Amino acid sequence: MSSLKRLKWASIGVALAATLLAPFTHAEKLGFPEKEELKFGFIKLTDMAPIAIAYEKGYFEDEGLYVTIEAQANWKVLLDGVIDGRLDGAHMLAGQPIAATMGFGTKAHIITPFSMDLNGNGITVSNEVWKQMKPNIPKMKDGRPVHPIKADALKPVVEKYKAEGKPFNMGMVFPVSTHNYELRYWLAAGGIHPGYYAPHKGDISGKIDADAFLSVTPPPQMPATLEAGTIHGYCVGEPWNQQAVFKGIGVPVVTDYEIWKDNPEKVFGITAEFAEKYPNTTIRLTRALIRAAKWLDENNNANRPAAVKILSQPNYVGADYDVIANSMTGTFEYEKGDKREVPDFNVFFRYNATYPYYSDAIWYLTQMRRWGQIAEAQSDEWYKSLAAKVYRPDIYTKAAKSLIADKLISAKEFPDFATEDGFRDPQTHFIDGITYDGTKPNEYINKFSIGLKASDKL
Amino acid sequence: MTSTATLTEKPEVKSETQMNPLKLLITNALKTVGIPLAGILIFLLMWSSAAQQIDTSLGKFPGPAQVWEQFGTLYQEHKAEREKADAFYVRQEERNAKRLEQDPTYDPKIRSYTGKETFLDQIVTSLVTVMSGFLVAAIIAIPLGIAVGLSKTLNTAINPIIQIFKPVSPLAWLPLVTMVVSALYVSPDPIVAKSFINSMITVTLCCLWPMVINTSVGVASIDKDLINVSKVLRLPALKHIQKIVIPASIPMIFTGMRLSLGIAWMVLIAAEMLAQNPGLGKFVWDEFQNGSSDSLSRIMTAVVVIGFIGFLLDRGMLQIQRIVSWDKESAAR
Repeated sequence: MSSLKRLKWASIGVALAATLLAPFTHAEKLGFPEKEELKFGFIKLTDMAPIAIAYEKGYFEDEGLYVTIEAQANWKVLLDGVIDGRLDGAHMLAGQPIAATMGFGTKAHIITPFSMDLNGNGITVSNEVWKQMKPNIPKMKDGRPVHPIKADALKPVVEKYKAEGKPFNMGMVFPVSTHNYELRYWLAAGGIHPGYYAPHKGDISGKIDADAFLSVTPPPQMPATLEAGTIHGYCVGEPWNQQAVFKGIGVPVVTDYEIWKDNPEKVFGITAEFAEKYPNTTIRLTRALIRAAKWLDENNNANRPAAVKILSQPNYVGADYDVIANSMTGTFEYEKGDKREVPDFNVFFRYNATYPYYSDAIWYLTQMRRWGQIAEAQSDEWYKSLAAKVYRPDIYTKAAKSLIADKLISAKEFPDFATEDGFRDPQTHFIDGITYDGTKPNEYINKFSIGLKASDKL
Repeated sequence: MTSTATLTEKPEVKSETQMNPLKLLITNALKTVGIPLAGILIFLLMWSSAAQQIDTSLGKFPGPAQVWEQFGTLYQEHKAEREKADAFYVRQEERNAKRLEQDPTYDPKIRSYTGKETFLDQIVTSLVTVMSGFLVAAIIAIPLGIAVGLSKTLNTAINPIIQIFKPVSPLAWLPLVTMVVSALYVSPDPIVAKSFINSMITVTLCCLWPMVINTSVGVASIDKDLINVSKVLRLPALKHIQKIVIPASIPMIFTGMRLSLGIAWMVLIAAEMLAQNPGLGKFVWDEFQNGSSDSLSRIMTAVVVIGFIGFLLDRGMLQIQRIVSWDKESAAR
């Protein structure tokens, strides 16, 4: 055989092997989208950025998808929109697909192939509360408060309200929102009880045994509600903490990065039915979102100012450039003038932020159990199977592999798909120092001093 | 005649007919144009000085100057968006052609622009919604009103229902309408959006009652002589309605229509705000949620536009009423 011929045979052999071994890379060409016109919903928060960027940078169009993006009034309207088909997909709170699939609130099988970002929230208190809290906070040499500020500083204030018979009200954005769990986590870590839910008794207000009373307010209305005095503090995503600083009506005390470093925040939710009916469309929209996330974090956040400019358009987040830029470009302004570096305040792509980890879903489930939203004891297996029903790394992997095959993103920017099992290594960076291991949810639940234990029932 | 005018010492007691026609023209012009103009001017002055005093957390309350500026900005945004739309269509043509090469079975179609709706688009949406809701209401209400007006029995039967539903704000219906529409209006490729149907039905609901009531009152109070004429001529029922009833009750029908169009416009804006359906109401709500430093002046611009359109709608109905009505007196009311 001539050497040329041998080479030819060899190359055919390699191609054949590739076809057999890697079904999702070169061999299986991604088909055209089954549904081309899509409508996505979002809430006016900076972490909707991947959707806006995928649109503005033409990533959706590159996939042959014609996407309309529409702001929604609140999380409930958004979720109902996805369930009844008015929206094809949406920017969702990580807890929403989990709770919907589980049947806490509206029951529907929602899945997520793409995790939108890490961190990005903050807790803000009113000027009045800040004034009372401040003496309890240790100071640095230059007189600025030491961060992270723990809820221990807030505890005397809450006790004072309690002694005076006044309720200490705080706002969060949705009963199954990241914000609700983060606010509860922070309060409980400082010895303030945020209250239990008891859905089996019809109590879904979450105020049983509470020291601080948490209620729902849509994110964009947080500053106005705080200003009106209806609530004394809130936990919300950006730009609504920075808005309070700019308006001079409140002081952000802690970011969720300090409560739990690199916590998963929003996901992109679609119905299971959609993913089944339109598999190519699902992979393609995931591809577009991954590319957008990568663009947002590229070259050490170099594109962030351009992203802020897009987000400040009235049809996206619409707040002033300066307000959005404050947190998106790696800094965070606490008390007016106290601007600190928080380079990872918003993470869209680094640290495998876009990969839907089962362990992230399970963390939310443990918190739902801790506060009684899951009324009864469940086995570790139950937690894992529910997480696998909602979080779909399989779809993500297909999308990522096709991006690698198209040479749009290199393989080293993704987790190693051959070994990835969907569980992050035990995480230690919590404000109360408790370690989280996603493979042992019941053990984790039993570690908290405030909150239901794995076997408790109200 | 000029001499009489100059000679007299008390021109104000003179009747208008005796005055110089030029002077008359000027006085009339002053009255019809000058006085409202002065009113507007004083209002603008008061507005701008009051605006200076009000500090909100989003900056100063917008004065006339800021609103004027926003008119310009919004128009520029509209133009920029149109350019983006053109580029979108060009890209789409190219993409369709490319795909057709790879996949000859593909049936290429042109999808409408997916970008944002500008202020001007929102105005058009609201106008189309209010007019279609209004027309649907007219198609239902006028025949119903005539039937109720003609038949005492029917009137007694239906009257309590109308009286109960009439004072209900259509906004209370909105959640029910939304749920029913999303349950019944299912189609994979709907011709019109659900949100449009929701807003339209809400408008229809609020137009319905004033139209039914006014039409029926108009029909019931037709001059006895006219009815007698119809009886003497032994007109068949349809002819009777066509020749006697409708012409005689036109003024009242139009009064009802004008009334309901005014209410409909107000309600539509509120409904759009509440349900986040496209239109001017959504524009206002979105800007409120944005909370940017321009938000208040953009909302104020929308307020001015809403008012102006409401005024034009009312004038338009009045003109139509004048044209079709024999009773010119009633139109002035």
